[in-house]
Amino acid sequence: MENSTLQCGLTAKDFVSNQQVKWCPGCGDYAVLNAVQKALAELNIKKENAVFVSGIGCSSRFPYYMSTYGFHTIHGRASAVATGVKIANPGLSVWIVSGDGDSLAIGGNHFIHVIRRNLNMNLILFNNEIYGLTKGQYSPTSKRGVITKSSPHGTIENPFIPGELAIGAGSNFYARVPDTNVKLMTQVMIAAEKHNGLSLVEILQNCVIFNDDVHEAITGKESKADNQLILEHGKPMLFGKELKKGIRLKGLSLEVVTIGENGVTENDILIHDVHSENSTLHYMLVRMKLPEFPVAVGVIRDVKGPVYEESLYDQIEQEKLTSKFKSLDDLFVSGNTFRIK
Amino acid sequence: MSTTIELESVVIKFAGDSGDGMQLAGTLFTDTTANSGNEIATFPDFPSEIRAPQGTVAGVSGFQVHFGKSGVHSPGDAPDVLVAMNPAALKSNLHNLKTACTIILDADTFSKKDCEKAGFLANPLEDTSLTDYKIIAAPITSLTKTNLNDLGLDNKAMDRCKNMFALGIVYWLFNQPLEQTIDFYKKKFAKQPVLVEANIRTLQAGVNYGETMQSHTSSFTILPADKLPGIYRNMTGNQATAWGFLAAAKKINRSLFLGTYPITPATDILHELTKHKWAGVKIFQAEDEIAGICSAIGASFAGDVAITTTSGPGMALKTEAIGLAIMTELPLVIVNVQRGGPSTGLPTKTEQSDLFQAIYGRNGESPLVVIAASTPANCFDWAYEATRIAIEHVTPVILLSESYIANGAEPWRIKKMDELPEINVSEVGEQADWKPYKRDEKSLARKWVSPGLKGFEHRVGGLEKEDGSGNVSYTPQNHERMTLLRKNKIERVADFIPLQRYKGKTAKKLLVVGWGGQFGILFGAVSEMQSEGKDIGFTHFNYIHPLPKNTAEIFEKFEKIVVCELNNGQFADYLRAQLPQFDYLQYNKMQGLPFTIKELKENFNQLLD
Repeated sequence: MENSTLQCGLTAKDFVSNQQVKWCPGCGDYAVLNAVQKALAELNIKKENAVFVSGIGCSSRFPYYMSTYGFHTIHGRASAVATGVKIANPGLSVWIVSGDGDSLAIGGNHFIHVIRRNLNMNLILFNNEIYGLTKGQYSPTSKRGVITKSSPHGTIENPFIPGELAIGAGSNFYARVPDTNVKLMTQVMIAAEKHNGLSLVEILQNCVIFNDDVHEAITGKESKADNQLILEHGKPMLFGKELKKGIRLKGLSLEVVTIGENGVTENDILIHDVHSENSTLHYMLVRMKLPEFPVAVGVIRDVKGPVYEESLYDQIEQEKLTSKFKSLDDLFVSGNTFRIK
Repeated sequence: MSTTIELESVVIKFAGDSGDGMQLAGTLFTDTTANSGNEIATFPDFPSEIRAPQGTVAGVSGFQVHFGKSGVHSPGDAPDVLVAMNPAALKSNLHNLKTACTIILDADTFSKKDCEKAGFLANPLEDTSLTDYKIIAAPITSLTKTNLNDLGLDNKAMDRCKNMFALGIVYWLFNQPLEQTIDFYKKKFAKQPVLVEANIRTLQAGVNYGETMQSHTSSFTILPADKLPGIYRNMTGNQATAWGFLAAAKKINRSLFLGTYPITPATDILHELTKHKWAGVKIFQAEDEIAGICSAIGASFAGDVAITTTSGPGMALKTEAIGLAIMTELPLVIVNVQRGGPSTGLPTKTEQSDLFQAIYGRNGESPLVVIAASTPANCFDWAYEATRIAIEHVTPVILLSESYIANGAEPWRIKKMDELPEINVSEVGEQADWKPYKRDEKSLARKWVSPGLKGFEHRVGGLEKEDGSGNVSYTPQNHERMTLLRKNKIERVADFIPLQRYKGKTAKKLLVVGWGGQFGILFGAVSEMQSEGKDIGFTHFNYIHPLPKNTAEIFEKFEKIVVCELNNGQFADYLRAQLPQFDYLQYNKMQGLPFTIKELKENFNQLLD
């Protein structure tokens, strides 16, 4: 990594645009911007080859703050626009920037289909469980019963769990990371870009104005050690201040156990395998929630699968080799033609 | 003794249940007659249900073909020959037949029950209701089965050959060769020789039936057409549209990208283009209409020649994204193959009622270029021209087609890539002189710069742009300036398109104005009236917005102007707004059907009196 940074000569600062950043002071989006700029520098990506495509919402202003190519599209449609960009030029590093309203409400259809098709792009989902830009209505990820401007009596809807929806749609790469951990976020962004296929990164993002501390139980200084399970491939699923607590499989469910209690040893703790084709355990990890379980963060799933644009270009190359037509003039005169003198 | 009569042109309609193979019979007949050097025009007319209840009028599928030596500008008003495979097919066409029309019937299907199902009070073969017509009542079902009973086919497979018996009778009637149809079956069923045998045998049986049983009926010979010398092929409008796009992308050596969602009657453009991946076409069948256009916008941003294809309901869904393409000023062609509306409307019927939607149907001040194809074959030229304008003027362009020409076919004089006009992609110069929204002085177009190009990194989006820099701007004066710049940019396209032409240089009294796919019928009606010495002229619009610059000069020459369109007067209203100094009469039709020459002439004659 160090060497490649030197090769390209770009640092995180080189990815900062000349536009003033207009997010609220203290917004979690700043940390994400930071992490992405660091990741691009470490990944040695050239400015001209990166494209940031966003929808509508606070987070979707993201492209204006990057010095790369960018496209601020319309509400919910960033994935669809990005799909066209990637198909047109697969050599580009394409990043979709979207929020919980943008991707899971108005753009829900595009969200599941972009995952299903598996183009080699990154989708950063800023999940703050609220509509910020329209000043505080509940979103499809708001917890049931939450009071917002549009739900003064509490919401009566069950929320989506984005990772659950993603795995249901056939996701091959899913990571979750809190906006308070820039180091982990940068690592996850790098892993996302390196994964060949659609990489979904859910950011547990804080909205200081309309939903402050929504993720506090997960990210708070005092609580985070007990409430976050930071997953690493090949490592046991341990958490807590002394890393004494762990996740064990019990029948068809997970359970939290403590090493040294009731005869539990480290050998009982599950080892994280991000590359497991079988998504069952990934699915259970995604669904773990407070207070019974810690919330799983880091890369949860990273498996290989056919990539849409590669298959598309393969078909085109195959047709070029086997077609009887070598030019449009060949096509025009093919089949039934007749001459009039 | 059979006699042979020479004719200028003839209209034939093949009609039957939607499973009777009438579209295929019609298409095969069309290919054969075109190959014999005839002018042709076709009009398929089918129900929106794939298999409506058998034997009912709702389930009747039709294919009309007009062919001949001259005067073939449209698929024709009413048939000279009707093939009716059952009572319902007869019933649904009985109101629109020429006197002395020849009707070829499958006599086996005229049971009391089936006649009642079709809405006849009594069997029309047994009363006087068909006395005005020449009837060939052939027992097609039973003769087909008798003829095939040694091949070991089941009933269903034998029934599927019935259309060839009917086609055989028609070939006999018009002295047409069988070779092309025989070749078609040899290729189609290369791996099932028994089906080749069954179809060819039935076709021959139909011809033989005509020769032996119908010796008192006249058969006809059509003289070859007088056309520009060259090599021709048959094309439907949708196929020609697809090929026009292929040619335009090839001309600038970029990939063609189609982002689309299936919708009647536009889907055949998708079907056609998927066959040409060898030419580098990238096809993206999206999850919905919105993703169809959005993917095309993304592909355009990244440098492909991007198009999206749809019909009216899909246009409605694409509306917001069209606005994005206007704001970001990217090249894009949006094809609307119009059908009857509003809402789901008449999915398989023709109409021209999406004109307002094309010109005005978006939020904000959002002008773009609107052009319309006018015949099946010239869909090629208009798809090519739409792409040229989109690329050279860096703007979305709406290309209007309509069901009538999209599914209709006519001979296309084959073009060579070298003959096609150049398309100039404006290259960016030095980075120092460039800004994302810096404009060409003449056209006001910005440059089309795509990711991958070093030193030109920039951001576009749906928020208002600052003039020049393209940065987000909410400044009041800037918004007004940009609104006017976007308007002027589209109006200046008029400086780069040919002048409007008209027919009837000596006429003064009545000018017939048309647009889009009704060209052939309007041209036919006016031509007939001009040859009758009537004081009538004709001008037909392909460039809708902006209008050609000399439009007013043409209108000035006439006392009366009548605007003819398949809607309630949308183009007439548009002209009233654009050129308010003239009075516009209207002739409108909203039946899901094209104009007929007869009704047009009646109306024009009244206006001339």
